[in-house]
Amino acid sequence: MSATTVPTGDIPVFYQLEEEHHEPGGSTLLGFWMYLMSDCLIFAMLFAAWGVYGTSYAGGPTSRELFELPLVAVNTAMLLFSSITYGFAMIAMQEQRKGAVQAWLLLTALFGAAFLGIELYEFSNLIHEGAGPWRSAFLSSFFTLVGTHGLHVTFGLIWLFTLMVQIGRKGLIPANVRRLQCLSLFWHFLDVIWIGVFTFVYLFGAMR
Amino acid sequence: MTPFRRALRPTALIATLAAPLILGGCDLVVMNPSGDVARQQADLILWSVFLMLLIIVPVMILTVVFAIKYRASNTESEYAPDWDHSTRIELVIWSAPLLIIIALGALTWLTTHQLDPYRPLDRIAPGKPIPAGQEPLEIQVVSLDWKWLFIYPEQGVATVNELVLPADRQVRFRLTSSSVMNTFYVPALAGMIYTMPGMETKLHAVMNRVGTFEGVSANYSGAGFSDMRFPTLSVDAAGFDQWVAKTKAAGGALDATQYLTLEKPSEKVPAMHFGTVQAGLFDRIVQMCVKPGTACGHGMMHHGAGAQEVAPAVNNRPGEGADGALMKSPDEMKTSPHLTHPHGAPAGHSEPGADSNRNMTRMDAPAYPGRAAAGEA
Amino acid sequence: MSDTLIKMIFGRLSIESLPIHEPIVVATFAGVALGGVALLSALTYFRLWGYLWKEWFTTVDHKRIGIMYMVLGLVMLLRGFADAIMMRLQQSMAFGANEGYLNAHHYDQIFTAHGVIMIFFVAMPFVTGLMNFVVPLQIGARDVSFPFLNNFSFWMTAAGAALVMASLFIGEFARTGWLAMAPLSGLDYSPDVGVDYYIWALQIAGVGTLLSGVNLVATIVKMRAPGMGLMKMPIFTWTALATNILIVAAFPVLTAVLAMLSLDRYVGTHFFTNTAGGNPMMYVNMIWIWGHPEVYILILPAFGIFSEVTSTFSGKRLFGYTSMVYAVLVITILSYLVWLHHFFTMGSGASVNSFFGITTMIISIPTGAKIFNWLFTMYKGRIRFELPMMWTIAFMLTFVIGGMTGVMLAVPPADFVLHNSLFLVAHFHNVIIGGVLFGLFAGINYWWPKAFGFKLDKKWGLVSFWCWVVGFWVAFTPLYVLGLMGVTRRLRHFEDPSLQIWFVIAAIGAAIIAVGIAAFLLQIFVSIRNREALRDDSGDPWNARTLEWATSSPPPAYNFAFSPVIHDLDAWYDMKARGAKRPLTGYLPIHMPKNTGAGVILAGFSLVVGFAMIWYIWWLAAAAFLGLLVTAIAHTFNYDRDFYISAEEVTETENARTAVLARHGA
Repeated sequence: MSATTVPTGDIPVFYQLEEEHHEPGGSTLLGFWMYLMSDCLIFAMLFAAWGVYGTSYAGGPTSRELFELPLVAVNTAMLLFSSITYGFAMIAMQEQRKGAVQAWLLLTALFGAAFLGIELYEFSNLIHEGAGPWRSAFLSSFFTLVGTHGLHVTFGLIWLFTLMVQIGRKGLIPANVRRLQCLSLFWHFLDVIWIGVFTFVYLFGAMR
Repeated sequence: MTPFRRALRPTALIATLAAPLILGGCDLVVMNPSGDVARQQADLILWSVFLMLLIIVPVMILTVVFAIKYRASNTESEYAPDWDHSTRIELVIWSAPLLIIIALGALTWLTTHQLDPYRPLDRIAPGKPIPAGQEPLEIQVVSLDWKWLFIYPEQGVATVNELVLPADRQVRFRLTSSSVMNTFYVPALAGMIYTMPGMETKLHAVMNRVGTFEGVSANYSGAGFSDMRFPTLSVDAAGFDQWVAKTKAAGGALDATQYLTLEKPSEKVPAMHFGTVQAGLFDRIVQMCVKPGTACGHGMMHHGAGAQEVAPAVNNRPGEGADGALMKSPDEMKTSPHLTHPHGAPAGHSEPGADSNRNMTRMDAPAYPGRAAAGEA
Repeated sequence: MSDTLIKMIFGRLSIESLPIHEPIVVATFAGVALGGVALLSALTYFRLWGYLWKEWFTTVDHKRIGIMYMVLGLVMLLRGFADAIMMRLQQSMAFGANEGYLNAHHYDQIFTAHGVIMIFFVAMPFVTGLMNFVVPLQIGARDVSFPFLNNFSFWMTAAGAALVMASLFIGEFARTGWLAMAPLSGLDYSPDVGVDYYIWALQIAGVGTLLSGVNLVATIVKMRAPGMGLMKMPIFTWTALATNILIVAAFPVLTAVLAMLSLDRYVGTHFFTNTAGGNPMMYVNMIWIWGHPEVYILILPAFGIFSEVTSTFSGKRLFGYTSMVYAVLVITILSYLVWLHHFFTMGSGASVNSFFGITTMIISIPTGAKIFNWLFTMYKGRIRFELPMMWTIAFMLTFVIGGMTGVMLAVPPADFVLHNSLFLVAHFHNVIIGGVLFGLFAGINYWWPKAFGFKLDKKWGLVSFWCWVVGFWVAFTPLYVLGLMGVTRRLRHFEDPSLQIWFVIAAIGAAIIAVGIAAFLLQIFVSIRNREALRDDSGDPWNARTLEWATSSPPPAYNFAFSPVIHDLDAWYDMKARGAKRPLTGYLPIHMPKNTGAGVILAGFSLVVGFAMIWYIWWLAAAAFLGLLVTAIAHTFNYDRDFYISAEEVTETENARTAVLARHGA
């Protein structure tokens, strides 16, 4: 190396001779957060679309006519309960109680499935009444926003069942704990989004 | 605003004289237009160039000078390998662009408001205010697939692919589109403005010279886009009246039925004239309810009595029903042939309704009577 | 078999979808097919399939993935440039009675494909490839945060590119312009497969881009070598961080807007339709909210490259590092506040237009400051005119003009006459060729020796350089002039014969650029042939300053046997100056990720889903989506994702390097 010149004074350490212990997957949570934020932007765009199209009824049914708040309230409760039960699953995970984790996850899945069931019932009712997404821009943005959320819940459920099998096989090993944490972020994120949907779409929509 | 405008003029004059010389006499219509609005826009271009050259020129010179002076083979020049900071230089390199942008920003704010296309003009030429009592001439512009429709509501006439303007009179364009977006652009007259289906845009302008100019669509709109040109004839006031009278006398009526035929895709359409126009046609076009039986938007009620009345969005008409690909039964599904597979001969303007017109691929230029005259202009 | 059944099986795909009526396309296809068959048989004959699969396709090594991105970008550059030449040729002949040689149907696809390919499948892979290759080396890391995702991202990008290429021979591409503006891109006005190809190619490639963005941000935030605080990060890494943050924050917008467009097309919703409350203006706004940051996603890494190159070849520390970093951050944030300047002519109010005009101009302040920083880095330096430095100087002289015309376009009333004109076309080519592409060539010439252990041939590099620079100006100066003559873009045919000369000059410029591209390919070919003469054993051929030059060229799989410790911004320069000694013993086993084929398979399924959706082959789309899901789930059951490179192997590799260095030093 030709440029090696004048070593002045004490030479500091330039190479780390001991390997630092790196937690495998140390950046996973950060990466997953970033993914969630990008997902959040997709929802932001869909909310923006709702903001623009929310009253474009095009002579069709209006939000006040269509929305059944009691049903939506039950639906919201299902999702909120599922978030709580997921929280209990995480507590059980910290206490390394595999059976309890599985039980809470199963409960979470049941609430999630109930949520989806109610949403599908609502959708099929709307379509049956002639208020499908092709009826007006208002309904397009409604179905797309709520449907995208529902799609996320569906994939969350698939992930949840996969994780239950994996925990069943391998137990609460670090890799599975990490996955549980990611799914936890995902599940609560969906909850937060739903609160936005409930407020801006259903409540404001029913008041219009 | 007048002192400011006066300040603009000398530079503009010099530059417009110099530009053709530099560029070998080609016709820089954008820099040397015939309408007062475009004239001011050209001045603005020159001003912004001038302001930016204040910094661009030194940068370019310094780049070359530094590259030569500090080349490795020149061992005479100073070498300071660890010099990487100077508060004074940093201050200069941030504040110099900042100052220029402050100046340009102020200019932008002023001119953007002054030259807002929606704002009626306050003069027809430098130093020539609008004559008292002279109302702007209204021209309604509709971009169709792929031609332009101009309606003169006061005169009750309409043309296709030919725009006629009285010189030195303010014109208020109201613009819309029948299907997709286009841009109305007459470079000699004023800046461009989008035409959009179901929406109306406005443009105020004035032409100061008599002559024939070119107008185009500046926003790609499909197969026939390239030929969406229209000659723009600027005539004096008497000439305009004569032209209106001649057009009226020649007859031809533009009503809803005629419009619906006209609206169908066709390309390279020669100039057409209509002596009468159905009243309110433009508004129906904007609201996309020309077709008999379609309700026009603004008066439309939402069903469900008692629903709180909200301002309808720009485009709030009932749709045509489900037509998404997923809903189609296999029988409805058309194949999608490769571009070169014969789509059936495109019928062009002779049969505007033909489906194959959407995929026009004809390469022969059909000869139209009167086409050469328009082309020469 | 009934017609209905055939349509259920093949959707709208039929024998008519193939270009059997077009001799040019058939000939192209024959050429591509023959070339493909030749390549495949050569690979088979030389038994390279196993090697390629094991060492490249399934690799999780960021360096190899970076190189694969560069290869993809290069291949697509040739396609995109072929489109450019065809357009230039058409426009230089289609005057008056002469309709040129392309009909509207063909020409309109070409300008759409040119834009889409150049931005998404040339510039993006090149930029991502360089960042992938350089960033982990520059921060002293052994790989990226998520090595498998990296591989998957690449294959998704490649799958998107494959769909665009398929549209050339099966069906057609979009005829809408590169942003597929609604309502033209809706089912009513574009019922064919073109827009569907566009949507699915971008959505699939977009997944790759987004994940690679997440990956690189996590890598830069989490995996820097000890001692490398944020303000000791090399400037290229800073620009990479800013770019990837932009990717994470911008691409979801594109995903959302394209998803809505596809719902309009597939489900019959009314987001961007003319009826039932739809609003095409919403599409324009949303696509540009993604589209403007995209411009900075491309240019910021180029700025980073120029910074590294200027500092290295001036033999000086970068002037104003801190202000450079802040300039990058300011640009990152401002890039979200300017989107409306792409459609001043839509009739927004004067105050809205002025706001977006002025925010746009404000971006030129940090950009201007950066150019001054490069200038003062050269000041009192010892400038070596190697190829990367020449590209940098050409950039500085070219880019300022592009910047100037950009600010002109930012003044709304001036934009009213320049918008959608050839002046605009000249402007964005001025910044994308003069900025991004020149930067990429500087980067390729600069980091090639790091990737392959030998320099690129200078003679052919110079030919390529001069052809590109001269060709660029010959091709685009006429477009500036034509713009001022009121000529607008995307026209296939002209009436005014006096314009023709300018288009002919522009075509000559394009031909000169073609020579530049050929010279670049030749440069690579000649360099590979003469690699022994061009060999660099030191690992630091340019006497450079940042960490990537501290290891061997090409670097070992693990990059650094021992993690370097950073004390200075110019870490490697500091190590050289203070006589850091490379440790020669005491190697430890190194923990590394394992290769996996899951990325290829997932991207393959995505490709099939896309193709089936484009052609309305619903059963295939459903089946491939199921395959995608099952593969993804199966992949999560694989817990055995890493291994150790044994201490013996590391010792062997490092001893070999010690021997080489000793020979080199002697």
